[in-house]
Amino acid sequence: MSEALATLQQLTVAFDGRAIVDRVDLAIYRGDIITVIGPNGAGKTTLIKAILGIQKHQQGSLILQTGLTIGYVPQHLTLEPTLPLSVRRFMLLSGQPLAGCIDSLGKTGVEHLIDASVHHLSGGEKQRLLLARALARKPDLLVLDEPAQGVDINGQAALYDLIRDLRDQLNCGVLMVSHDLHLVMAATDKVICLNQHICCSGYPADISHDPAFIETFGRPVAESLAVYHHNHNHSHDLHGDVINKSQGHSDQGSCGHAHH
Amino acid sequence: MPIIDALLNDFFWRALLGGLGVALVAGPLGCFVVWRRMAYFGDTLAHSALLGIALSFLISVPMNLGVIVTCVLLSIVLVLFQRSRVLATDTLLGILAHSALAIGLVALSFMPDIRFDLTGLLFGDLLAMSRTDLLWIYGGAGVILTLLALFWRGLLMSTIHAELAKVEGVQVERLRLILMLMFSIVIAVAMKIVGVLLITALLIIPAATARRLAGNPEHMVGMAVGFGCLAITGGLSMSWFLDTPAGPSVVVTAFCVFVLVYGSARRAPA
Repeated sequence: MSEALATLQQLTVAFDGRAIVDRVDLAIYRGDIITVIGPNGAGKTTLIKAILGIQKHQQGSLILQTGLTIGYVPQHLTLEPTLPLSVRRFMLLSGQPLAGCIDSLGKTGVEHLIDASVHHLSGGEKQRLLLARALARKPDLLVLDEPAQGVDINGQAALYDLIRDLRDQLNCGVLMVSHDLHLVMAATDKVICLNQHICCSGYPADISHDPAFIETFGRPVAESLAVYHHNHNHSHDLHGDVINKSQGHSDQGSCGHAHH
Repeated sequence: MPIIDALLNDFFWRALLGGLGVALVAGPLGCFVVWRRMAYFGDTLAHSALLGIALSFLISVPMNLGVIVTCVLLSIVLVLFQRSRVLATDTLLGILAHSALAIGLVALSFMPDIRFDLTGLLFGDLLAMSRTDLLWIYGGAGVILTLLALFWRGLLMSTIHAELAKVEGVQVERLRLILMLMFSIVIAVAMKIVGVLLITALLIIPAATARRLAGNPEHMVGMAVGFGCLAITGGLSMSWFLDTPAGPSVVVTAFCVFVLVYGSARRAPA
């Protein structure tokens, strides 16, 4: 396989000595669609912020391919209403020429909104605008934080389809955070279940029978998702402690799982 | 040129020229104050100007320079404290604003030999504008406008979405410092016209008035400059004819324009 776009080795982000992202190993290649799932407070957003360089990491290493262009679609586009801004101006602020901006808006299906104010867009339109803005920079790696938030169910499926199409067109890598398990399972190549550390990872069909996945999301959710069983390198007892200390987690006292 | 010389010999025209120079930079910076919700921050810096004045008397440096340096130092302290998240930002700003003002007043009271007009410093003085002040104002305005032109896209982008800007390679932290430097300069030069207590009003009110009518950021900046000039001209004329204090007169004029615009314009276009 070609050189990885981003390589994380034992990446750790801690706040006040408490690890929010704990020794994560991950490699992202061109053409990958990797989705990070996990309960609230699992460190999903922190992990991608570390990759984006917004959040400093304390330990481990993060190697980005030289000259890597990252397109970032943030969780919300919360705009200060006192700042008048049109879609056109917002796109042009990316520093890309107008033709490229219009082309990107076309790819995400919102070119008709070019003269609209960004303050008057719906949730779905905002997400498509943010996606277009990320695309205008011709990214090698597209990073999306909950791209389908605030988008209705039909819109969500369409949005994930769009992300797949864009991956095919641009041959970029895609890393996203998501809550929408069913859609993730349908649209993703690889799922990473994060709960500070990587609980389990693999193909969508495999992961949903993973004990760690079932523990995190509950059996009904897991059973509704897939059929295949795969091996897992550790499991958790009722307190969330790792009980099988065979691989990589041997020095770890507690995984700090939130139990519901 | 004799006409300009005649103008500069008249204190009213000096004050007006100075005021228009201030309005030229208060417009764009006022927009940033409104966009970034920095009104209280601007107030804190302005209050600390008095401390800067006391310090510059103490070590005999030009007053404007003393104010700029004090404001820059205070804004750095603020950023550091904000990062440590010990106190909420508004609490922190409240503490620093009033402490800086109080320390400045106490320090000035220890200097009985120095003649200064405290009311003029707090509320602005029409008569106080000297030719040197004019040089400071237009020099400062030149620096600010150059910085704005150089960093406009980055400043705007980091205001719209700081994280997105950072991912796109904008030096968000450095731009924040540059913005604070610009605030410090504008406070130092605007002090003479409107006084330290009312500088924030001259920044915010014209920008807020412009928001009602503007469709894009640059448009809003242009209109804020226009409304600022209107407030300065109206306020200083009022001060001249009715013998009212300069700063409050300027702010009252700005407020009247604000009320008129919000009363008549239907809604914000974008």
